[in-house]
Amino acid sequence: MKKKLILALSLLLAFSMALAGCSDSSSGGKTEGGSKGKEDKLEIFSWWTGAGEEDGLKALLKLFKEKNPDIPVQNAAVAGGAGTNAKAVLASRMQGDDPPATFQVHGGAELNSGWVAAGKMEPLNDLYENEGWKDKFPQSLIDMVSKDGSIYSVPVNIHRGNVLWYNKKVFADNGITPPKTFDEFFAAADKLKKAGVTPLALGDKEPWTATMLFEDILLGTIGVENYTKLWTGEVPLDDPGVVEAAETFKKMLSYINDDHSSRNWQDAAQMVGKGEAAMNVMGDWAKGYFVNDLKLKTNEDFGYITTPGTENSFMVITDTFGLPKGVKNPDDVKKFLSVLGSVEGQDAFNPLKGSIPARTDADQSKYDEYGKQTIADFGKAELAASLAHGSAAPEGFVTKVNQAINIFVTQKEVKQFVDSLKAASGDLKK
Amino acid sequence: MEPSITKQETVVLPAARARKKKKMTADRLLAFSFILPSIVLVAIFVYGFIGWTGYVSLSNWNTLVPDFSFAGLKNYIFLFQDFRFQADLRNTLIFTILFIAVVAIVGQLLAIFLDQKIRGESIFRNIFFFPMALSFVVTGVVWQWLLNPTTGVNLFLKKFGLESMWYTDTNILAGFKVGKIEFGVPVAIIAVVIAAVWQMTGFSLAMYLAGLRAIPEELKEAARMDGASEFTIYRKVIIPLLKPITVSVIIIMAHISLKIFDLIYAMTGPGANFVTDVPGVYMFEATFRGNYYANGAAIAIIMLLSVAIFIVPYLISSRKGES
Repeated sequence: MKKKLILALSLLLAFSMALAGCSDSSSGGKTEGGSKGKEDKLEIFSWWTGAGEEDGLKALLKLFKEKNPDIPVQNAAVAGGAGTNAKAVLASRMQGDDPPATFQVHGGAELNSGWVAAGKMEPLNDLYENEGWKDKFPQSLIDMVSKDGSIYSVPVNIHRGNVLWYNKKVFADNGITPPKTFDEFFAAADKLKKAGVTPLALGDKEPWTATMLFEDILLGTIGVENYTKLWTGEVPLDDPGVVEAAETFKKMLSYINDDHSSRNWQDAAQMVGKGEAAMNVMGDWAKGYFVNDLKLKTNEDFGYITTPGTENSFMVITDTFGLPKGVKNPDDVKKFLSVLGSVEGQDAFNPLKGSIPARTDADQSKYDEYGKQTIADFGKAELAASLAHGSAAPEGFVTKVNQAINIFVTQKEVKQFVDSLKAASGDLKK
Repeated sequence: MEPSITKQETVVLPAARARKKKKMTADRLLAFSFILPSIVLVAIFVYGFIGWTGYVSLSNWNTLVPDFSFAGLKNYIFLFQDFRFQADLRNTLIFTILFIAVVAIVGQLLAIFLDQKIRGESIFRNIFFFPMALSFVVTGVVWQWLLNPTTGVNLFLKKFGLESMWYTDTNILAGFKVGKIEFGVPVAIIAVVIAAVWQMTGFSLAMYLAGLRAIPEELKEAARMDGASEFTIYRKVIIPLLKPITVSVIIIMAHISLKIFDLIYAMTGPGANFVTDVPGVYMFEATFRGNYYANGAAIAIIMLLSVAIFIVPYLISSRKGES
């Protein structure tokens, strides 16, 4: 009996090794039969797995299926906040010359100094011409997805990064109005601290959340123009404005919850939702979390305002999709991208995801009151690219900033922090 | 294997020796042909890629665009000057020491208790051994919920007025400044040690139990005849006889703790001020998030060398033991 079992097991092992050998040789042959099924499927790679965003993606895929019933689609989403895991998976696939048909990438440096600089993307100028998109997307947005005159991806949505969320009841109980300046913010924070409420919720288990808080302070301190020049090297990273922002950041850190390093962004938003904390700085995907997951009502349970000093600025986080080099079905990918960039596609996706459309001519009636106001703001505010989400600077620089911020949150040494930013600036050019 | 062959050769006659030698060659050829595929695969997929990693660690490949120009030891020098990597080395050292010590001591004590012919021994054995069956990721998630300041056991401790923030504490016990970091025992790493010990103690228990069962009853009997108390028997006879087991436990636990990634990644992450960061996590983030491929490769090589410090002497001594 035992002998038979061992025999069976070893046969199974030998068989599976033989199989592994087969699949290896067929994928080596690339165009041969074995992997054909996979090639035909349009693999859509993203990190949209949370509530709201997954529904948005599904609505988009459904729309695509209606228009192109003969093209099978595969949703290849990888879970993880802000795409931290998905980006790692994508990097190894791209390095191994096994790109997905199309993938989610933040517009800006993440696209341009990453995949475009590495020569892994096809330009999409002809697609923009054919679809007449050049005057449908804001020019500053097209610039974010272009390099040297070539356009490399199609933006599907816009998120705003400079939003301060607050608990309406806590504010009312303490007689506080939403703070517009840093002075008002700190006055409110002192009041809240005395009342025994955590003034500002932070969840920096993943350090990008603290980086977001810092970039919003930076934007509120030095303004869009200088903020943008920081990443091109025109304004040095040890500029007095940066030092001032770091001081403000340091002061703000004295008002946060003690257990910030064991919370992620949802946990921090939840503190505001429950009234344990009064305020939280987070991108406007937090609205989706408040409404869909915590079942709270906009402008009733929670309110929102731009972060101090950034009233006329818009910190842009835009998800875009491009066409990698070396995919087997570029025409199918372009069909998908044209649905993605259409009014219909953007309006199917964005109301569910809780973001606003990247196109200026989308149907506003489909969006809630927060969405409508953000669409209006997007039309008139000055746009700034988010550092924490890889739009402002290359991924290597962002990683180093995240590390410097992780140290700063604990040590609170302004000089050391600015020095490490300066030291990392060599990675801006890459 | 070879020494035994030469021993045989000295006793057989010349004519017979020729025949025997030929037969051995055919045998060895067959044996060799059986292991040839695995030799080739291991050569390529283990040693080939280790060599490749070493090559990358000496290059300038620190963006998405591969750049294999020779950088010398630049990546290594960068790491040893880096706050995060210095913190990683401290954390790994402290974690390894605490983890191995607790696993070995607790495992040994539990094994001795179980060896007292208690009732329901197999039930206890299974209970202690069960965590071994879990993945480190599962352990990490479970203990994260248990030890988190806002959930689990800390709410209970809070009722007794005990501090609940140790899980996220950034203090370094007995700290003094070395390089860019404060050297000492990071408070937050204790949480990770607890989870790792919970998972791996069953394993050391099983090893010690096997060791205890292998000790002949006569030795204990003889000691008793000499008038030794039970405690003295353990101290003077049994624990010294368990030394080979202790060495094995230390080696196995050391290679787990030096390479640890999944437990920390699932449980605490790098932690504020990198108090719970380890080289494995840094390597992952440097390589796949920051695209610092050469830096990541350098971390991997340093990890390999640190494990080799434990494993190579063990392999050498166990080879000597065999011959």
